[in-house]
Amino acid sequence: MAEKKVRFIIERQDGPNEKPYTQEFDVDYRPGLNVVAALMEIQKNPVTVDGKRVAPVVWECNCLEKVCGACMMVINGMARQACCALVDEIKQPIHLQPARTFPVIRDLLIDRSVMFESLKRIQGWVELDGSWDVKDAPIQNPYTAQTAYEISHCMTCGCCLEACPNVGPQSDFIGPAPTVQAYLFNLHPLGKFDAPKRLNALMEKGGITSCGNSQNCVEVCPKNIKLTTYLAQLNRDVNKQALRNIFNN
Amino acid sequence: MAKDKTAKRIIIVGGGISGLLATIKVCEAGGEVDLFSYCPVKRSHSLCAQGGINACMDTKGEHDSIYEHFDDTVYGGDFLADQVAVKGMVEAAPKIIKMLDRMGVPFTRTPEGVLDLRNFGGQKHKRTCFAGSTTGQQILYALDEQVRRWETKKLDKDAERFAVKKYEFWEFVKIIKNKDGVCRGIVAQNMNTMEIKAFRADTVILATGGPGQVFGRCTASTICNGSAVSAVYQQGAEIANPEFIQIHPTAIPGSDKNRLMSEACRGEGGRVWVWRKNPETGEKERWYFLEDMYPAYGNLVPRDVASRAIYKVCEHMKLGINGEHRVYLDLSHIAPDYLERKLGGILEMYSEFVGKDPREVPMEIFPSVHYSMGGIWVDRKHYTNIPGLMASGECDYQYHGANRLGANSLLSAAYSGTISGPEAMNWARTGNKGPELTDAELEAARKEVQDEYDKILQMRGSENAHRLHHELGDLMYKYVAIERDNKGLDACLVELKKILKRWEDIGITDQSKTANQEAMFVRQLRNMILYAMVITKGARMRDESRGAHAKIVLDEKGERVVDENNDLVFMGRDDENFMRITVVSYDPKTEEPQVTYREFDHSLIKPRLRSYK
Repeated sequence: MAEKKVRFIIERQDGPNEKPYTQEFDVDYRPGLNVVAALMEIQKNPVTVDGKRVAPVVWECNCLEKVCGACMMVINGMARQACCALVDEIKQPIHLQPARTFPVIRDLLIDRSVMFESLKRIQGWVELDGSWDVKDAPIQNPYTAQTAYEISHCMTCGCCLEACPNVGPQSDFIGPAPTVQAYLFNLHPLGKFDAPKRLNALMEKGGITSCGNSQNCVEVCPKNIKLTTYLAQLNRDVNKQALRNIFNN
Repeated sequence: MAKDKTAKRIIIVGGGISGLLATIKVCEAGGEVDLFSYCPVKRSHSLCAQGGINACMDTKGEHDSIYEHFDDTVYGGDFLADQVAVKGMVEAAPKIIKMLDRMGVPFTRTPEGVLDLRNFGGQKHKRTCFAGSTTGQQILYALDEQVRRWETKKLDKDAERFAVKKYEFWEFVKIIKNKDGVCRGIVAQNMNTMEIKAFRADTVILATGGPGQVFGRCTASTICNGSAVSAVYQQGAEIANPEFIQIHPTAIPGSDKNRLMSEACRGEGGRVWVWRKNPETGEKERWYFLEDMYPAYGNLVPRDVASRAIYKVCEHMKLGINGEHRVYLDLSHIAPDYLERKLGGILEMYSEFVGKDPREVPMEIFPSVHYSMGGIWVDRKHYTNIPGLMASGECDYQYHGANRLGANSLLSAAYSGTISGPEAMNWARTGNKGPELTDAELEAARKEVQDEYDKILQMRGSENAHRLHHELGDLMYKYVAIERDNKGLDACLVELKKILKRWEDIGITDQSKTANQEAMFVRQLRNMILYAMVITKGARMRDESRGAHAKIVLDEKGERVVDENNDLVFMGRDDENFMRITVVSYDPKTEEPQVTYREFDHSLIKPRLRSYK
């Protein structure tokens, strides 16, 4: 066959408690091909390189624009979004694995609900009286708002948790993404009223002291959020809060 | 009469902006919500909205007024939107912005710290609030956070559960009616364990978004398949104005998806052009054809107008880049730091997916299916024709008429949630609901869905569902997109019936009892095919051009008529016969859509000719 093919080596797993195994697939090359588009081609013709007809590969995706965070997986050893992983820019054959920091449901599909639970723990919201009309919203410093905008791009994809050596069975660390969200809400003119609650939550087990400052998170963040900068700032804020707790009691 | 104080349970299907805001409103009114979604609600498609949200804030010294927002919306929609409903929306808009600001949406600000505003298509004033070029993402996140707060709160201290319980990775399959025909619950399936379960509710709100996947490649997420809307249509819900499908003029064409390039590009000064030979001098030149064709609005003409112009330049004048279906969208004349601040997120996306920097070279774009103005028929309080069932957000048909203005979708998504949520509680407390579903009724509904699902698992035919879906998309693009004619629409209906028949010959390779995405997709695909018939039939019956629906005149031989300049002749707007809402209902015997027309309120602004020249 004259057509150019791209080889995918995919780590599969039939269910949460099943053993992983690998299968290989060839997909027709085309310019601009990305990993999600290739998985879609496999759906249309789920046949391995050995000619075996198998169940299509299972994974999660929604937006295909790197905004929703759904299609995070480990591609050639690195956690990233599959939709913007262009075949032209990565080494072939292409290895796909689930992000095993999280429980695997099936194939590349993982359960990331723990991150959303952590957002509850850090009280990741502005405490409104209600959604009704009150009066004008407070004016905000445009520079602070720009920092908030940067952090507010976090799509809870989990790349930073997958890359972090301190997230896993050996530690309770809730991970960089949910931790840094506390900083976001502490910046908001109304959100900052509850900053002590968020900082106290980060003093507890699995909070900011579990961060080992390995700097892996900032390397993999698909949204280029300066995670380590904000983790450092939060660390200072948590320490200040701890002192305040001592002297105010 | 004593107020009914028993706990009320509202089911909301869909966790985009409309569903989340409805959830918040229900909780504030003292109700409990079961929130169903295909995905963690934070990953809903609302986050793909880029450019902004319209509201008359009038902070730019332009003397903008709510009336002008009202007029622009009605005029932009070619006078097919209920004017009383639109008026309610534009009046509420500034309040909604202030609420979102308090919730923490990081809107882009002026040096004084107030909300910045930008230009958008079809509007002559700066009226669009924005958070860089990721406004939808930011609004969705703020609402997601507020709903998470309700996930940790009980409505009173003795309550057995928190105010919101999320069912993420659950697919809505159908509604359940009681013996009086009132919607009192739903059947849903867990997408990971495949468990099928029936749920009781006092009111059900669908906020399931648009049907973009019916067209295959579009700007929508893979989850925007219209399956839930089609399911309730098959259970008796009326669909209104389905033929009005918005084609967004500026998207990056792709084989997996057409990625949106926000209208904010044009709002911030982007220009659309192609190379041509100057008709007089014969010299090669850049032709800024929108500015040439529409001097009053230039590049800021509404989406339907821009899409038809781009299509004409590429398809009929053969002036697309390298003869292909592409034109330039140019930002390279604008200062890079300004672009970074106003459009950063999407320029990065273009660079990432195309490999070229839009700050340096013009982008290459082409129109793509983007949004459905039509959807489930609702009244002004968002009740459908099925008692107990409401619809909210893109899945309803209200507010946009025949064409939606850019940055009005985030507004209608939010606004509809502020209406449907409180009304759902009103119905739960005072509506004529009839009896709650019995255990036997719940089990019967569950079993019906279980049997249908088991049948899908037994399908052993020769068709692949994903390839059939691809063909469906090709068919809809060919006949029911930018330019339509009755011959093509008739042919499309015939072809759609064949695809529906071929659906029965699908073969399933996946027998797994865990996360069986293939089997779920087969069920969705059938709903998509039936919804494609609704869109096509609506288009076939509407013999006029209005907004996004542009129909070409055919001669007696069925050939397309052209004028003296060899331009296609389109039907005009026909207010006498078609200033009516298309209403489509399902005929269970033939499985075909039945079209009727309904009057609506257009009493506030007198209809006038729509032209952006």
